Amino acid sequence: MIVASALRDRYDVAVVGAGPAGLAAAALCARAGLTCILFDDQANPGGQIYRGVTNSPFDRGTALGRDYWRGESLVRAALGSGAHYVSGASVWGLLRENEIAVSLGGGTRQIRAARIILATGAIERPFPIQGWTLPGVMTAGAAQILLKSSALVPTGRTLLAGCGPLLWLLAWQYLNVGVRLDAILDTTLAANWRRALRHAATFAASPYLARGLRLMFDVRRAVRVIAGVVDIAAEGGERIGAVTYRTARGHFERLPADMLLLHQGVVPNVNLAMSANVAHRWNDMQLCWVPCVDSYGSTTVPHIAVAGDGASIAGAEAAEARGRLAAIAAIRALRREFPVSEEERVARQSLHRYERGRAFLDRLYQPAPNFRRSRGDTVVCRCEEVTAQQVLETAALGCAGPNQMKAFLRCGMGPCQGRFCGLTVTELMAEARGFSCAEIGYYRLRPPVKPITLAEIASLPTDEAAVKAVARE
Amino acid sequence: MFRRVIRERELSLTIFIDGTATPARHGDTVAAAMLASGHVACRTTAVSGAPRGPYCLMGVCFDCLVTIDGSANRQACMTTVRDAMRIETQRGKREYGT
Amino acid sequence: MVVDCYSIPAKTFCMVCAPHTEFDFAVIGGGLVGAAIAWGLARRRRSVAMLDEGDIAFRASRGNFALIWVQSKGGGMSRYALWTRQSSDAWPQLAEALRMETGLDVCLHQPGGFHLLLSQGEVENRANALKRLHNQPGMVPFEYRMLDHAQTEKMLPQIGPDVVGASFCPLDGHVNALRLLRALHVGFQRHGGRYFPDRAVERIEPRGGEFRLHSANVEISANKIVLAAGLGNAWLAAMVGINTPVRPQRGQIIVTEKVAPFMNYVVHTIRQTDEGSVMISDSVEEAGFDISVGSEVLAVMADRAIRMFPHLAKLNVVRCWAALRVMPQDGYPIYDQSKACPGAFIATCHSGVTLAAAHALLLAPCIDIGNLSDECLAAFSTRRFDVPPSD
Repeated sequence: MIVASALRDRYDVAVVGAGPAGLAAAALCARAGLTCILFDDQANPGGQIYRGVTNSPFDRGTALGRDYWRGESLVRAALGSGAHYVSGASVWGLLRENEIAVSLGGGTRQIRAARIILATGAIERPFPIQGWTLPGVMTAGAAQILLKSSALVPTGRTLLAGCGPLLWLLAWQYLNVGVRLDAILDTTLAANWRRALRHAATFAASPYLARGLRLMFDVRRAVRVIAGVVDIAAEGGERIGAVTYRTARGHFERLPADMLLLHQGVVPNVNLAMSANVAHRWNDMQLCWVPCVDSYGSTTVPHIAVAGDGASIAGAEAAEARGRLAAIAAIRALRREFPVSEEERVARQSLHRYERGRAFLDRLYQPAPNFRRSRGDTVVCRCEEVTAQQVLETAALGCAGPNQMKAFLRCGMGPCQGRFCGLTVTELMAEARGFSCAEIGYYRLRPPVKPITLAEIASLPTDEAAVKAVARE
Repeated sequence: MFRRVIRERELSLTIFIDGTATPARHGDTVAAAMLASGHVACRTTAVSGAPRGPYCLMGVCFDCLVTIDGSANRQACMTTVRDAMRIETQRGKREYGT
Repeated sequence: MVVDCYSIPAKTFCMVCAPHTEFDFAVIGGGLVGAAIAWGLARRRRSVAMLDEGDIAFRASRGNFALIWVQSKGGGMSRYALWTRQSSDAWPQLAEALRMETGLDVCLHQPGGFHLLLSQGEVENRANALKRLHNQPGMVPFEYRMLDHAQTEKMLPQIGPDVVGASFCPLDGHVNALRLLRALHVGFQRHGGRYFPDRAVERIEPRGGEFRLHSANVEISANKIVLAAGLGNAWLAAMVGINTPVRPQRGQIIVTEKVAPFMNYVVHTIRQTDEGSVMISDSVEEAGFDISVGSEVLAVMADRAIRMFPHLAKLNVVRCWAALRVMPQDGYPIYDQSKACPGAFIATCHSGVTLAAAHALLLAPCIDIGNLSDECLAAFSTRRFDVPPSD
């Protein structure tokens, strides 16, 4: 770990995000002799999937699963490689000319790098149901963070709702530590099975099948699973008190609840890349924006690459491989003599292995339209408390796109900068106007992508032209 | 509300949540410490006064905002507890000067 | 037969339009200038079409600072000072009409405004500039005062020690400009106006007493047109024989998180919105069409803002952006009717918020009856740009 004062002004490679992609990229760059800095906004490395792996409250038992501990060797390799690693560093903007603006310890610094690898990973997909803003409603990812970093588990009546591999993983990890969930509300669309089964062969040959089956079997044996859930609402005043749900078969129930954990997949955290003008496209299968990248993660901006789940949701091992491929491109550009062909062969083989089988998972766990496009007074923008009804009414006014919508309703103007409302707004507008999501577009994002203080902005370097532009008396 | 699943190390820190002394574990975030001590809500919103608590715990939802040692709108999930830290839940907009 | 898109449920919203549609007026531009004029015309029972670009466009209306500013307008053209004053006086009427029609409160607040000064040099320059402004022939006087630090602090208790003085005018104010735009759009449609987004006009075809506007694969025809397309007016105006010299002028804005109300007045570079966020401006750069954010300018703006109100330093900045002002060559508005194509009007300015009331309540009626030769408006015609013939 490096202290702020020891940071150089310039590095060959800057990596943003110390999850599997970032750790692998930094380690390889440094091994190749490039000066490399690895920024991460958390207090400890590992990203989300390997959260807490260096300061885990757990012994290396099987509570969190075997795959989790792979993170430890990744961290060791990165920290031992010679790369400078900075924790608590919030990269808030990629400014002109290869400049990274990073906030650390309350102050901002600008650091230049010839190549920038963005490995900012993924965030939970929005899950805009009635009552999702109540205290006591959190994401499954949040529950995992509490478990991994602090060994905390819920004690009251806890429900888990949604779909996707992470849902089952959390439920399984909870079983291992003696937490029995009251129920799992499974929102996996029955119709998805048909589309997914076409890819069953590749899934069967992938590493995911064996893992997945074991988890699901253990969980289903111990926990009440309600399948075919098509509607969910959280109820409560100061905090959540109950959850109601309805199934496709028409079954309705109200369950008392102290905690509701939501998860319907993860999506790339696009804000930093988009703010740097990296071109993105709409992925119609994963229903999210992904950066336009080549097979090394290089983007439409010459010196910027994206690696890991931030490039395409494919899990931790694929993220590692992508991190290495982005590093390889940087090494070829800056230290051509360092041999990387074998490294590349292995990375591509691994990527192929871990991407195979995703097609099945993507189709099976594609979230139902009902849970992506809310109605009525369900909050769509959590920060500005804009409802689905308001968005639809404004779309009917003839609103041209999400940016006009933002101007009219303020949705997307809060500190989360659209991370929890942007996809919902794009989908609602696409539905209302009869266009595709790709045609509708997304919020225009600019730095800062994480809030920084006005004092930090004031501390940035200025020049005479800037003073003249402002102080015109 | 929440319990630890490991053998409790001594909770070596004391933090203050709305003035009440609360034991906390070294290395926990403020959000984890608050949830561990039963605080599932941490503020009311600036727009409508609706109650909110931590949602994502990874720094991107901005719902876990609390006042820490007099500074308002700090993300509880991105701040590690320190001994004698003063944490206050927030009501609506921050005051100018906090 | 025209399908009325706005009476069918949102789910089946579509952009179908018969190829040949006739309106009394077509307003090109759906920003603050276009929407104000379109609303003003629609209220007078004209059939009006408002054509707008797509979602990603320059849109000066999204970048404005939302001030209704009187105190320093009109240096060099006293008519502009008068026009500004007329608009500011008419603003309560606009706000009330919009509230009655749409239920939307645009949060008009005209408590008076400060232009804060951070050095003795700035104070002297400001005092002289305002003196010159008020000494102009034809100038209709209004109240303003030069204040020292102590007097300023009495009204703005949170100012920092670096504030040497200020000029204050009781007429200045601000409004929620985004809500204003939304209210104008909603009110416009309630009066029967038809809004066409994603219809950037590519060609204007004057044809025997009417105008055909060509956009994508749609053609809209109207008896008269109003060009209110901001920077787009430069090339659109040429199609109807009007000379409209405008250029983009970049301005950057910083927005903070929401704060409990602490400013009872408006400051020319700092305002607290009705929602609580603090907006900071004011930069002027000739940067062409580049809307990228420049951190050096942001740093200077932030530094000056902190010197004016020290506690702003701790606030989190949630957004920064740059937008392009629509700056006419000499800085004053351009209102005119084409000689070559009568019935084609143009309206361009950089103060779309301050002048919104004038545009909606004074200019629109003049456009409606086709007469911009009113003493006040005539000063803004494009004749002032005509190059005199050389001998």
